[in-house]
Amino acid sequence: MHRFIARRFLQLVPVLLGLTLITFVLTYVVPGDPVDLIAKQEHLTPEARASLRHQLGTDVPLPVQYVRYLWRLLQGDLGRSYVTNQRVIDGIARAFPLTLRLGLAAFLLSTLVGVGAGILAGSRPHSWMDRLMTLITLAGISLPVIWVAPVAILLFAVTFRIFPPSGYDGWYSLVLPTLVLGVRAAFNTRITRASLLEVIGQDYIRTARAKGLAERLVITRHALRNALIPIVTVLGLDLASYLEGAFFVEFIFALPGMGRLALDAVAQRDLFMIQGTVLVAAVLYVIANLSVDVSYAYLDPRIRYG
Amino acid sequence: MAERAAALGRSRALLRVESPRTIAWRRFRRDALGLTGSALILMLVLVALLAPWVAPHDPMAIDLAAVLRPPSLAHWMGTDESGRDVFSRVLWGARVSLTIAVVIRLVTLAIGIAVGALAGFYEGWVDVVIMRGVEILLAFPGLLLLIGIASALGPGFLSLLIAFSVTGWTTTARLVRGKLLSIKREEYMEAARAIGVPARTQIVRHALPNAMGPVIVTGTIGVAGIILAEAGLSFLGLGIQPPTPTWGGMIAQGRSFLTVAWWASFFPGLAMAVAVFGFNLFGDALRDALDPRAVR
Repeated sequence: MHRFIARRFLQLVPVLLGLTLITFVLTYVVPGDPVDLIAKQEHLTPEARASLRHQLGTDVPLPVQYVRYLWRLLQGDLGRSYVTNQRVIDGIARAFPLTLRLGLAAFLLSTLVGVGAGILAGSRPHSWMDRLMTLITLAGISLPVIWVAPVAILLFAVTFRIFPPSGYDGWYSLVLPTLVLGVRAAFNTRITRASLLEVIGQDYIRTARAKGLAERLVITRHALRNALIPIVTVLGLDLASYLEGAFFVEFIFALPGMGRLALDAVAQRDLFMIQGTVLVAAVLYVIANLSVDVSYAYLDPRIRYG
Repeated sequence: MAERAAALGRSRALLRVESPRTIAWRRFRRDALGLTGSALILMLVLVALLAPWVAPHDPMAIDLAAVLRPPSLAHWMGTDESGRDVFSRVLWGARVSLTIAVVIRLVTLAIGIAVGALAGFYEGWVDVVIMRGVEILLAFPGLLLLIGIASALGPGFLSLLIAFSVTGWTTTARLVRGKLLSIKREEYMEAARAIGVPARTQIVRHALPNAMGPVIVTGTIGVAGIILAEAGLSFLGLGIQPPTPTWGGMIAQGRSFLTVAWWASFFPGLAMAVAVFGFNLFGDALRDALDPRAVR
């Protein structure tokens, strides 16, 4: 068990190096030399350029720049916003709690609804209920968030005035965004159904039925328990879609979370802010995955010793 | 010889041997949802191909005398903030969005198949290096990475293609690798090796065709994902630039006029949802049809 966890933590190292390498390339290499950009606008003497390069730290080879970048990251320095000049890390720290709240609420909602519906569909495969569920969930995963959110605002905030259309003013303003993100439940339903179907085909389910166990007990005691493990993993891996969905939902509902921060930065071409939020989101995602993996190992001995 | 062929025919008839393809096709034909998906995709492709001829108006024609008009007989889906016909723009948007999605999907599939085949066929360090790379990319939330790359490269088709090429091949590669690992151990592959078939031919002619089933399924479902992601990027102004009509771009622009002119963003979004729905239905039915374990 401890060896598994230790190994899993070690695997984190190349992943984090890869992540930071990608954001480093995107922030410092791809956009081109900032000194050239400045030089285009103002006439700079070669000496002025050299000293500017030295100031910005672009006068050393890229690998050295990358190591310096890592060192800054370790100190929590993600650079400053071009637009507001605030430290990127401060902006993220202020915005993160809201994103977390929204993400968790949507995650809970879509897990409860989605897994419940999946059990309903999967315990009676190919029934009319199952077919209806397949249709609804396929429609659900096809709905673009950038469309559902405005339509929901139009319907529930503008026409019927049940919820505020945008902005953050207490938990009530999170209800509609949570519902919009909760469309993700459709995905969970499909996973649950597929996982349940896999288990229902097993011999021990036939045995349970053959010995005359009530169907309800067959499903809850035998099928569901074994189907649950893959469901939990996929739910964990799916955290990324909540994060991504939350980004757009916050943007559209004007909620001051991380997504809003990142997408506003995209609109303003605020490069450090974009890459900072992307990196932090990715790291959070990696950590979430790790915890799912570890909890998975607690649940299933085959993983531990496999 | 003729006798043997006849005997073979008899035994086939006795055993009712059907090729997997026949079985899959029969299953697919009976799947109402899959057929609906095929119909939607077919309709979409037709619209995309015929947009210049079926669109009632010029999608770019600005008419400041008819700004934000509600749906009417002249403008079935109303007009946008520049007086352009929303219906015509939705049709043209199908052309743009679908072309982008299909081209990008083909490129990412090609990369995924090639990389996955190399990893699965050669194993060893090639496999280790490639799969580590896949793990790192999969550890990134995909859409955020796309946003990061596209905003570093600036908007436009080429940066969309690059962004998707970096992120979009990983699941295909993993799938093909897994398939090849098991196919490699089949007898026909052993036979090919034994008679000295070159590695390239072994991969391309013998192994890959047998790994294609699941690739086709993720291929189709992937188109749906790219349509959604591309719309997200266009929504942020990172995709194809206006005035070229794209569904995501139209949703983004129409959003500012949501309360006074809901039609400007509602219909492009609906068209997109229908398209994505079609690809999902089709891919889902295809998976069921190709699944050798499913008994129906």
